[in-house]
Amino acid sequence: MIPPASLRSVEMRGITKRFPGVTANDGVDFTAAPGEIHALLGENGAGKSTLMKILYGFYAPDAGEIRVHGTHKVWRSPGDALRAGLGMVFQQFMLVPSLSVVQNVLLALPPRGWRLDERAAASRLAAEAARYGMAVHPRAQVWQLGVGEQQRVEILKLLARGAGILILDEPTAVLTPQEAHSLFATLRRLADEGRTVIVITHKLSEVMAVSDRVTVLRAGRVVGTIPTARTSLWDLARMMVGRESFDLQDRAPVPPGPVVLEIRHLWADGDRGRDALRDVSLDVRAGEIVGVAGVAGNGQRELAEVVAGLRRPTRGRICIAGSTLAGADPRAAIRAGLGHVPEDRLGTGVAPHLSVADNLVLKRYREAAFGRGPRLDRAAVNEAARGLIEAYGIQTPSPDAPAGALSGGNLQRLILAREISAHPQALVAFHPTRGLDIAATEAVHRALLDQRPRGTGVLLISEDLDEVLQLSDRVAVLCGGRVMAVARPGDVTVEQIGLLMGGAREALSGTTA
Amino acid sequence: MCVGRRAPSRLAAAAAPIVSVLGALAAGAIVLAASGVNPLAAYGALVSEPFGSAFGWSETLVKAAPLVLTGLAVLLPARMRLWNIGAEGQLQCGAIAAAGVAVFTAAGRSPLAVPSILAAGMAAGAVWCLVPAVLRAVLAVNETITTLLMNYVALLLVDFLIYGPWQDPQGRGFPLSPVLPAPSRLPVLVPGTRIHLGVALALLAVPAVAAILTRTRWGFEIRVIGDNPDAARYAGMDLRRNIILVMAAAGALAGLAGAGEVSAVSGRLQQGLSPGYGYTGIIVAWLARLHPAATVLVAVLLGGLFLGGDALQISLHLPIAIVYMLQGLIFFFVLGGEQLARYGVCFRKRPAAAAEHRA
Repeated sequence: MIPPASLRSVEMRGITKRFPGVTANDGVDFTAAPGEIHALLGENGAGKSTLMKILYGFYAPDAGEIRVHGTHKVWRSPGDALRAGLGMVFQQFMLVPSLSVVQNVLLALPPRGWRLDERAAASRLAAEAARYGMAVHPRAQVWQLGVGEQQRVEILKLLARGAGILILDEPTAVLTPQEAHSLFATLRRLADEGRTVIVITHKLSEVMAVSDRVTVLRAGRVVGTIPTARTSLWDLARMMVGRESFDLQDRAPVPPGPVVLEIRHLWADGDRGRDALRDVSLDVRAGEIVGVAGVAGNGQRELAEVVAGLRRPTRGRICIAGSTLAGADPRAAIRAGLGHVPEDRLGTGVAPHLSVADNLVLKRYREAAFGRGPRLDRAAVNEAARGLIEAYGIQTPSPDAPAGALSGGNLQRLILAREISAHPQALVAFHPTRGLDIAATEAVHRALLDQRPRGTGVLLISEDLDEVLQLSDRVAVLCGGRVMAVARPGDVTVEQIGLLMGGAREALSGTTA
Repeated sequence: MCVGRRAPSRLAAAAAPIVSVLGALAAGAIVLAASGVNPLAAYGALVSEPFGSAFGWSETLVKAAPLVLTGLAVLLPARMRLWNIGAEGQLQCGAIAAAGVAVFTAAGRSPLAVPSILAAGMAAGAVWCLVPAVLRAVLAVNETITTLLMNYVALLLVDFLIYGPWQDPQGRGFPLSPVLPAPSRLPVLVPGTRIHLGVALALLAVPAVAAILTRTRWGFEIRVIGDNPDAARYAGMDLRRNIILVMAAAGALAGLAGAGEVSAVSGRLQQGLSPGYGYTGIIVAWLARLHPAATVLVAVLLGGLFLGGDALQISLHLPIAIVYMLQGLIFFFVLGGEQLARYGVCFRKRPAAAAEHRA
């Protein structure tokens, strides 16, 4: 099924790329042909974006070669790739908000002479946009545009440069279903004219709807490349997730207690668009671990932030151990008994230049134990810190060392020590083991499981499907800001979870919610 | 191209400020020589006047006191990453309020005159700083710009008062307010000098600010917010409240300096009350690397520079601008030296494979 050499616009052979601690691409072969839409499918961390950034010249591969239209290429920068007719639309758009659409497109062109005929450029742009079914006003200022329109401007920039090979990184992540539909129509027209379109995605239904062929990556390796017509959602889900089954952690059953975290009909906007959460309802009971599975960017961050009082919901409500949170008030959430292990340890979880001791009392410094009146009793702080450092095995030269100097695992121990020692009613743990080594990961898992007999309800949000399935009493799957389903790990198969993560709810009939 | 060092080498860290100051003086010497003055003679006068005699030292302290206070007024918000460029205006407002209470109210002649005018000065400085603080806290208006602009308003307010309603009827038309009544004058602490109560208060403010930062819950919040505002919010700290409180405290410190100047030094509200103590306070805070105790040392050095500048004007007929130039050079060189101590400089050709951007 691999097209003959004469028909390969892109050919990558044995691409290997290592980052500190992780091999992002391991001997990857990838080919794409003119006239096709080629989907690149995989979970987070499968190496899709890295592979395409190598193709685009953002990264230099450690091994392997790239051929474009049969010619061996070594990129020194994305500029080389652009000149060779490649173009990439990133998830973060690279537009100048204060300039108009046509000015942004002109900016992308190589300088040519002194005169800048904006009027002519605008009419050419309008014609081009109409030809591919893209609704864009050339004179509109970019900051006035919605994300869908901004994405069209990015595509027009590539077309203006004459790109024959277009790479789009998760292009539908920020689009409404209608916008996604019209994007697909545009992509199809571009392919029909002989261009190569590569779409990075994790959404199975999109792959089925739009692509001609699909390459599935898992853990940096190619699982396979197949024509879309010869596969099914189920096959793709299995290829993407790559496991037939998973191990359920042995543990003593804990009878679930009262609801400690109640999420009802929650809606919230994201940083990059509206309605990142859509009508999410979820209960966490005392002594229960509820896992949230899903591919990153499907509302997990917004969910964690709203629950922690860091983001204002647009609709719906949250109740922590009986007290209802109003708006965005992190202190109220803490007082109601919420612990929070944040996604970004260093960026949110600690003040990195302050000492380990200071960071251990980051949420408790108001307690009477740490001094009367306005005074903060350093001795009491250090005393409490020493106890926590000992109890949680935090490896630090001293309580006075800056928290930012700790290793990732020790930083997470510090945060867990602080959050758990406050005896929370409910604990939100977001990517609690991302980037940690095996020992640190096990320590975190043990700490989370220890919360069950203590009667704490845990909301575990993680991209690591194994982790979610191993630790959770119940699993909720988020996709596109919605809860697709809630199930017990023993009642679902990996394929079912994979389908739900890919947004294919209809394929899952007969499973309990 | 800057190449980060693992840690600033200890020698470099210790030598950097000294080498930087010497470099600034060398650069200043070029300008002095170009304006036809022997740089050595000028520097001689610049050093001997403030530090050459007991009286010189006492005068240096009188100049250092407002610098300590304005330095702290910049330092405290800077620990929270707020840039108070408005200490000059806050100082002027402190002076206005202190003079107003002293001259136009009964409290100015009462036994409680001194605490009254000091409190008035601090309150006025705080209020002046609250305008930018509230704008920043509520509307996220950049406080660097607003605090700076408020300076000009304050200076014009002083002009309005001394040319208008507050002009001394016995002043023969000079733009001066009436003299502050005796009970409102800060007492001199060391007979034979001008070292006044305000100097002592400035020196007491230093450990007070240091204690707030290291030994109170409020100081803990300031340090966390300054280091990582996201972590502060995550920990439930109220950023708005702290912006307002810290800026008010900063304004009060600068206002105290203004009250001290008008009451102890000039004796009336007039132009030139401050030779730019508020702006120099920015230099004090940064050269002290935002450590309260170090502001005393830097303030004494820069206060001496002001005093020596007066001597240069008299003995060598140089303009006071020489002092501002030297201040600027020292600031520039010390900040530059700090960078160089922290980073090594190396020149090299751009390697062919340096194409690794981040998305």
